[in-house]
This record gives sequence, structure tokens and C-alpha cells, in this order.
Amino acid sequence: MNFVLSLVFSSLAVLVVVLIPWIGVGALDLTTLFGVVIPYAALATFIVGIIVRVLNWGRSPVPYRIPTTAGQMWSFPWIKSNPIDNPKGAGGVVVRMLFEVLTFRSLFRNTRLEYRRVEGVPRINYEWEKWLWLAAILFHYSFLVIFLRHFRFFMDPVPGFVTLLQNLDGFMQMGAAPFNGFGLPGVYITDMLLMAAATWLLLRRILYSQLRYLSLPADYFPLMLILSLGFSGMLMRYLFRVDIVKVKELVIGLFKFHPVVPDGIGVLFFIHLFILCVLIAYFPFSKLMHLGWHLFKPHKEPLQQQPLCPACESLELPR
Amino acid sequence: MYDGGKIIIGLIIGIGLFLSPFFYNAGSSAKPPDPQLTKKAKEAKVCVEPTRYMRESHFTMLDEWRHTVVREGERYYKAADGKIYYKSLQVTCMNCHSDKTKFCDQCHNYMDVSPYCWDCHIAPEEKK
Repeated sequence: MNFVLSLVFSSLAVLVVVLIPWIGVGALDLTTLFGVVIPYAALATFIVGIIVRVLNWGRSPVPYRIPTTAGQMWSFPWIKSNPIDNPKGAGGVVVRMLFEVLTFRSLFRNTRLEYRRVEGVPRINYEWEKWLWLAAILFHYSFLVIFLRHFRFFMDPVPGFVTLLQNLDGFMQMGAAPFNGFGLPGVYITDMLLMAAATWLLLRRILYSQLRYLSLPADYFPLMLILSLGFSGMLMRYLFRVDIVKVKELVIGLFKFHPVVPDGIGVLFFIHLFILCVLIAYFPFSKLMHLGWHLFKPHKEPLQQQPLCPACESLELPR
Repeated sequence: MYDGGKIIIGLIIGIGLFLSPFFYNAGSSAKPPDPQLTKKAKEAKVCVEPTRYMRESHFTMLDEWRHTVVREGERYYKAADGKIYYKSLQVTCMNCHSDKTKFCDQCHNYMDVSPYCWDCHIAPEEKK
């Protein structure tokens, strides 16, 4: 699909996602459908979808594992190997995976191919490119903090770690805008970071020609969905507020299997909730399943090192 | 399944974390907050602005009051219905809502909000 068309298609899809609850709750008042039925259905899709997908991956045969890790593999004791990049035992794998999962090490290696002319001579260079890593790590950690902060709506009584996160995240005690009426509630740093990082992740797909060529609606749509999720959430906190006490009653009711939909929750909440429902229902079918990939990357994360070639064993060649 | 045990353990931990609010709330009573109006507030019937606005955005109003009073010296607030109020947490708000634990704290504790009003203001003494 042409990239303009992909962008238009994804934006329209997100627009529809926003309009459905807006009309459904704003005009038709279907609060039980959007507050109870759809969230349960979306959560069930999310959980079952992840289980099916992961088990499916687990069952897929991997007849020939080809490690393509960056480091030197262990061969002879006198050849220096890289125990973390190309691990030999389980310990190395754990260290490698921790680095990968917690610090996104493979993204840190990212370079960008650039074509330019130096004194009239064409040159191809591998340019320094850490912006992807920076945006990705800010985005993911901000998302995690925001998700965990939301546990103040999910749990009663609110656990201590949520309070701690809230205080740390909002430690600037600063209003959203320097005008009267925007001084409270205080700004969360992660809100801003998430929006900035996700915007960059979207922009780079539009600005870099190579990425523009590679990108599909499946790349734009989740990003736009997350941007609109963040945007609706921020609108709800900083501008058009909803009655969050009633929101929590609704959410706790869902978690206790005693759903109640209190009257008088603003429609913006249902838009936010519906975007989330679409996101998690879409999750198992999309690239967002990279959540579960790390256990299944035999070429990157060899949980168990296989011989490079079975024939090598009989030849007594190094593995 | 290759490495089936590891995959299933990982899956159970991951899904368990996502479902943790179900387990956490199962044991708790999770009573919604019940802010009590004092006799005086009940008699007054109306607050500064409509109930819905007060429930959603009272802190915006308080913040606005704080700024206009401290920085601009404007001590009077004209409500949407034309009534004039003296901008003061302790004198105006707490005049009716004098019972902090039964009113303010009800929702604040439920939502895990700790407003810093009482860093400077003195919380009213409550008759037990």
C-alpha cells in the first residue's frame, strides 16, 4: 500500500474507533455495552489470544537454529568468545535477555544507511542513529509507569507502589499550562514523554524514506491508537474532567465480577476505554505481540544452544 | 513443544500479572466512598458551582482561587448563578464541609489522592 494511503487508512480507522463510543454513549447512552460488555470481551480476546499465539509459536518446529547474534561464538578455548552476546550456557542467556528486555540493547546497535556526496563523490555511510532506541525506551518505560499508575483505579485499597510512582512521576508539582485553571492536577512526566516518544516513532516512519517504504497500516495503526489513547487520557486529566470516583466504581465492579455503571461519567472516559479495548483486542493479532517474542527468538536469544550442524559432531569439529 | 515448561511458566506469570487486579480485589470489600454532608451543607443545598462540576473539578477552582487571591488580591468569586463568594478554603468551603475525614478524605483516600492543601492550611479540629 502506498504510504499516503496507509496513513489515511490508519487515521480513518482510529477516527472510527473514537467515533463509535462517542456516538454509542454520547448519543445512544449505551453505557452498559461500552462500560461492561466490550471491556470483558476485549480482555477475553487479549488473554485467550496471547495464550493461543504463544502456544502456537511454542509448537512450531525449529529444525535448524541459526544463531545470528553479534558476538563471537565459543569455539576453542584459545579463541576469545563473547559470553553475553553469544552465550554458551543458561547464565549467559539470562544476562543477554535481561539486557535485551530491560535496556533494548539490539535497538542501541541501530545504524542508518545514508547516501550522500562528499566532494562530488557518492558515498554510502552507516550513520549514528540512537533516536529509535531513545524513543523506544522512553516510550516503553513511560507506558509501563502509566499502566502501573492506573492501578489506583484497578485496586482498592491502592497499593503503596502506586502511590510511590505517582509521587515520583508528579514530583515537579507543575500545572499543565501556565494559565489559571490549569495549575491542578499536576503534570506527570511520563504523560509528556510517552506522547513525545510515540510521536517521534510515528514521524520517523514518515520522514525517513527507507522506513516510509517499509511501513504498512499495521505499523501506523497501533501507534496512532496509542497516541489517541494517551491524548484522550491527558484530555481527561488536564482539560475535560470526568468523575473519577465513579470511574473507579465501574472499574472495581468489573474486576469483582459485579459490574455497575454509575450515572454521570463523562463520554470522554468511554472513548478512552473503548480505544483501550480496541488496542488490547487487536493486540494478539498484531506486531504488538513482540511482548512475547523474546522467549521465541532462537536466532537472537538461544535458550539452548544447538549444534551448528549435526554433521559437525561426528567430525569432532567445534560446536 | 520445545522448551515447553519454560514457555508455559512464562505464560502463566505474564497472564497472572495482567489479571492481578482480579485476584487483588477478590478479597477486598471495595466499598465506594461515602462522603457525608454536614447538617449545614444539607441546609444550604447548593455549593459554589453545580455538584457535577464540584465532583469533577473542585481542585481547579481551588487552584484558581489560590492564584487570584495570592497574586492578584481578588478575594471575591462570582459563581455561574451570580452569587458572590469569598475565596477561602477555610472560611468558605470548610464553613459547610467542616468534617474533613467524613467528606474530603472519603474520596481522596479511595482515589489515592493526597492534596497538599494541608501543607499550609490548618485542618479544622473535629468534634469527636
